Amino acid sequence: MNSFHLILRYFSASLRSQLQYPGSAIMLGIGAFLTTIIDMLAAWALFDRFGQVQGWGLGHIAVFYGVVSTSFALTDFFTRGFDVFGGEFVKTGAFDRILLRPRSPALQLVGYEFRLSRFGRLAQALLVLFVGAAVVGVDWTPDKVLLLAWTITGGVALFTGLLVLQASFAFWTTESLEVFNVLTYGGIQAAQFPLSLYAAWFRNFLIFVVPLGCVAYYPVLAILDQPDPLGAPDWWLPTAPAMGFAFLAASFLAWRAGISRYTSTGS
Amino acid sequence: MDAARPYLAAFSSRFLLMLQYRAAAIAGFATQCWWGGIKVMIYAAFFAAAPGAAAASPMTLAQVITYTWLAQALLALTPWSADPEVALSVRTGSVAYDRLRPVDTYSLWYVRGAAWMASRAVPRAALMVLGAGLVLPLIGLSDWAWKPPPTLAAAAAFAVSLPLALALSSAFLMIVNIIVAATLTDRGVNVLFNSLIIVFSGNLLPLALYPDWAQTALLMQPFAGMMDIPLRLYVGQLSGTGALAGLGLQVFWTSALILLGRWAMARVMRRLEVQGG
Repeated sequence: MNSFHLILRYFSASLRSQLQYPGSAIMLGIGAFLTTIIDMLAAWALFDRFGQVQGWGLGHIAVFYGVVSTSFALTDFFTRGFDVFGGEFVKTGAFDRILLRPRSPALQLVGYEFRLSRFGRLAQALLVLFVGAAVVGVDWTPDKVLLLAWTITGGVALFTGLLVLQASFAFWTTESLEVFNVLTYGGIQAAQFPLSLYAAWFRNFLIFVVPLGCVAYYPVLAILDQPDPLGAPDWWLPTAPAMGFAFLAASFLAWRAGISRYTSTGS
Repeated sequence: MDAARPYLAAFSSRFLLMLQYRAAAIAGFATQCWWGGIKVMIYAAFFAAAPGAAAASPMTLAQVITYTWLAQALLALTPWSADPEVALSVRTGSVAYDRLRPVDTYSLWYVRGAAWMASRAVPRAALMVLGAGLVLPLIGLSDWAWKPPPTLAAAAAFAVSLPLALALSSAFLMIVNIIVAATLTDRGVNVLFNSLIIVFSGNLLPLALYPDWAQTALLMQPFAGMMDIPLRLYVGQLSGTGALAGLGLQVFWTSALILLGRWAMARVMRRLEVQGG
């Protein structure tokens, strides 16, 4: 069985087990849909009071938010294993069993759970994205659809990288570091507003350290046909999502360094 | 006084126990700095973008910034989720022990919940005073710093209002605990109330910044007293009769929720199923 079929097998087993409790699955999905609605509430109230910010309106913010939130929702489907890695695998010693199997540990962790309830977040993110795009009048030509898909793929790579990095730290701390939520959930919060609103040091952090700006701000400018008010060259805007893959690659280096120094906590 | 002793003991033991989780407090502080920092930068951009609307705003930017740091510092003082101890005791059946103790279960859970929230808030608030109140001005960012209350009256009103906020939050926490005891799980109720509290306590956005037509309703609802009213008193946005009205609302909602909680608890406990074996 090749890796792709194995993943499908993992996912279908996970889906079937979640569907044993259909009521719970549906309620959690609806709950995720409702709780993410409030992400946009503060932005709506601020625009209602202040009208605009640096020429941006609520529609623009909705597109920024929709893109980054869609990326995160897609990532959240298959990264649960990395999210709980410290507590469920390192601390308990269950990672030993994973290492014994003749498949890559990363693959087995991806197969740990396929989280059905994330459909609520995905539906909300796509709704916000396309309503926002309609408000600001985005013309969905084929190249823009392609650019959107490329942007979201880059975003999935970046968020996956963050979760792999979070899991890698667990080799040293034996606990899941919840501080990483700052970069995932907090990253959505930060990336829903244009980078030009932030102080320079924070902007640089979002471009060069954790490149959230590269998978939201820059490519969305290209989708909106806007030049960068901060002066980045036009060719850079659609290229930027590649940074997400660079981040993912760097995270896997940390992951491999972590595995090579892993000592079991089990008894 | 003797009647209060078991409850005081329950409060202080939970308070001191929870203070031991120092790593959790530091992690919480880091998270709250991140959220607070983003919010402050976004508010500053909005206020700078529309000078007309900023002048007409019910809160100045400096007030909004102090409000934001305070809200982050006191985050743990709002009833985010059911008391995990109560949820666990309902699930494992050890709730039976609580029922056998010669004390009033409602009061016992109430003081334990209050101690749980207060003990998580104290270290985080202390770190935030250091970070946003002292370090930010020292590195030249005093425009973005947490400022002291403008008047002595504002400070006094805040000092009265903060304990009332804890009393109100604990009363609401009891409602959540009772729902957990009745449904035997804390999962659904936590998800549901989380969003309500984030929005209506003013944590997401100071309530005064929502549209003007919603203001009266936003001030009257019970969640305002858990955070928004004390914070408005602190920054001086509510003063004079407004301040008295705010304190009155806190007292009213605390009493109403305690009465409701006691009534509901009596009903739930009469037909409580004890789990486990």
